[in-house]
Amino acid sequence: VGADRVADAISLATQIPTFLAASSELTPARSQMAFTLGFHIVLASLGVAFPAMMLIANYIGLRRNDADALELAQRWSKVAAVTFAVGAVTGTVLSFEFGLLWPAFMDRFGEVFGVSFVIEGLFFFLEAIFIAIYIFGWKRLSGWAHFWTGVPIVICGIGGAFSVVAVNSWMNQPDGFALGANGQVTNVDPLDAIFNRATAYEVPHMILAAYLVTGFLIASVYAVGMLRGRRDRHHRLGLLIPLTVAAIVTPIQFVVGDTAARSIADDQPVKFAAMECVQTTHRDVTEYLGGRCTSSGIKGGIGIPGLDSWLVGFSTDTKVTGLDSVPPSDRPPANTMLHWAFDAMVGICTLLIGLGLWLGLAWWRRRDTFPSRWFLRATAVSGVAAILALECGWIVTEVGRQPWVVYEFMRTKQAVTGASGVWVTFSIVLLVYTGLAIATVLVLRTLAHRWRTEEIAEGEVPYGPREAAPLPAAAPPTGGSS
Amino acid sequence: LSTADAVAGVLWAGATLYAVFGGADFGAGFWALFAGRGQHGERARGLIDWAIGPVWEANHVWLIFMLVVLWTAFSVAFSSIMSTLFIPLSLAALGIVLRGSGFAFHNVARRLRNRRLAEQAFGLSSLLTPFFMGTVVGAVASGRVPIGNAQGDAVTSWLNAVSLLTGALFVATGAYLSAVFLISDARRYGDPDLERYFTARALGAALAAGAIAVAGIFVFRADARYIYDGLTSEGLPLVILSAVCGIGVLALLWRGERRGTRPLAIGAVVAVIWGWGVAQYPYLLPESLTIKEGAGASETLNGVLIVFGVAVVLVLPALGFLYVLSQRSLLEGEGEAPQAVRPPGS
Repeated sequence: VGADRVADAISLATQIPTFLAASSELTPARSQMAFTLGFHIVLASLGVAFPAMMLIANYIGLRRNDADALELAQRWSKVAAVTFAVGAVTGTVLSFEFGLLWPAFMDRFGEVFGVSFVIEGLFFFLEAIFIAIYIFGWKRLSGWAHFWTGVPIVICGIGGAFSVVAVNSWMNQPDGFALGANGQVTNVDPLDAIFNRATAYEVPHMILAAYLVTGFLIASVYAVGMLRGRRDRHHRLGLLIPLTVAAIVTPIQFVVGDTAARSIADDQPVKFAAMECVQTTHRDVTEYLGGRCTSSGIKGGIGIPGLDSWLVGFSTDTKVTGLDSVPPSDRPPANTMLHWAFDAMVGICTLLIGLGLWLGLAWWRRRDTFPSRWFLRATAVSGVAAILALECGWIVTEVGRQPWVVYEFMRTKQAVTGASGVWVTFSIVLLVYTGLAIATVLVLRTLAHRWRTEEIAEGEVPYGPREAAPLPAAAPPTGGSS
Repeated sequence: LSTADAVAGVLWAGATLYAVFGGADFGAGFWALFAGRGQHGERARGLIDWAIGPVWEANHVWLIFMLVVLWTAFSVAFSSIMSTLFIPLSLAALGIVLRGSGFAFHNVARRLRNRRLAEQAFGLSSLLTPFFMGTVVGAVASGRVPIGNAQGDAVTSWLNAVSLLTGALFVATGAYLSAVFLISDARRYGDPDLERYFTARALGAALAAGAIAVAGIFVFRADARYIYDGLTSEGLPLVILSAVCGIGVLALLWRGERRGTRPLAIGAVVAVIWGWGVAQYPYLLPESLTIKEGAGASETLNGVLIVFGVAVVLVLPALGFLYVLSQRSLLEGEGEAPQAVRPPGS
């Protein structure tokens, strides 16, 4: 009997590869794409917004002759060097994956949206060049010259984000082409593809998200440090610069996001219906917070009658399109997850606005003893919360677009590769990226530890030795007005 | 020449720049991998870090540039190549991740064990990534990539003599270019010992690359006939130019001359790449898809050319600025500034 069992097990095991090869590559391909994009989006956000924080610190340092701010900028540039390198390679993987996982999509539509990526390539090139000059320029370039080599990084980060997100917008609101009699692409207009309907709200939403996530994430690191008793000026600056940026950005993001949601109700009504679990088209639609999406509407959750209609058209009388407007095969999957992701994103953004107000209030009322422990605790969790909101927003965009890769033009299952073995590559990707995430965090912690414990080595002073002399040894009193 | 030909030329120019600068960075990783743990090896690795640290990321962008131009202007070729050659391209992507992160991490890693791990990830993937890229190029050259979604053989398309040989040639060429560049870098670094060290390696790599190229004549004649015929007819002047440049480098290195080796080595690589391009013309995928057939809409092609024009105006000067700063030793990483470039009094 034992031998039989072993034989059974072996025969079962030998069937696994056949099973994996025979099953569709769609699920692993979507999983791999979602995972690698979800990973890269955090690094890309840092790539877009971190240089701006770095330059603000650099500017303060140069302008006020502030050694602490300069040192902070220098340390941040070393952190940026690591996250930029990891972001560059995870971004390269995505370029490969377009062809490895979705060749039929690229084959058919590459010529329509591709120019936007060529523009992105241009921005990425300039970014890579100037970030190298900035990171390696601390010792030998003069202060302001060095500062100015950093400015193109910020501009190119925003430009690159625009170009990439414009393509995602295009997938949601395809434009700039027509389909011929046999379904072939004709009348291509790259500019119309870039400036599609969704670009207007998706691009600013993502760029602001990058600043928001980066701001709260960096601030949270320094908040943790301050909670552990490190209340030097370094930590105060490290907390205040990114947190101020994030606090300014968050309310703007709320308005942009609200506009985006309303536009989606117009442009992609089925996506919106899935986000809010609206099963049938009707007026006076209840807005639910949380709850479980079923075929007869939301179960559980907190319902606010009429609010959903009001949010879409500023009147409870507004008609909201339901999922029943299209056949089941055209509806997004996982509606409960979509609904939760949307609620979580909006909820976190609301809380983060609260944190920003708290910052303003605390600052205005008692700038001497600021910040309190509870404020620091809130800030300490804001980084992870902001990343969570980012991922939720990405899930809403991507899962909400399903089953389409190009909205109403091409289904995701039509786009997938005919190659087999995506389960294998997805497994490897999971392992390697987990290792990559751990290594990145460890490396950044090592840097932080080194900065805390070691004296600044000779030759590590910014703009030394030529500019080292005029810098005061200790931080000048600035009255905390940074 | 049509607009599509012009875009193919842009793509080929990107491939050339990637082969020269990206290839040399891969080669640097190759030398780091085989430098050994002795005091000499550590010094060689220090030089490599110092030399490629500021520039490798910018050099890597040429790969992205090639990918985006290919999928935008020639999307059929892109999707055919990426789907049939799923395995070597997945491995190349894996190599790119390990290489970039390995390099970014190794200087920061505190424990020796972690540093070694990062160095090995960098070195090994610097060897494997260009190899797999070479097998992909070999697969295309030998006509093993049919049009369509994964229509070619998943394994034999890249596991064949032409692919393996091209892979080896890519590795050897990168190592050769890198060694030649590192001779000059060693001089800037103020280390005559390392100058001799890399002169020997440049000679070795030049001979290895030459030997592989000669073997390639036979392998290509047997299995990549279209390219072989092109290389021995329209492409022949460029092949000869490449050989002359290569022999010139050998002669200079042998006599201990450093001046002129870099342009000649670059010339050898550029000439053979363009010889190949001439040989493959007018095909994107030899004998199944021409540039004209594979080209996207003319508006798209014009868009690519316009963006490329802007890139020439903006990126090339910036890249030149980076190289000049780097070559004048104005860019410095952590601590280990070498004697030769250390400013007085520091």
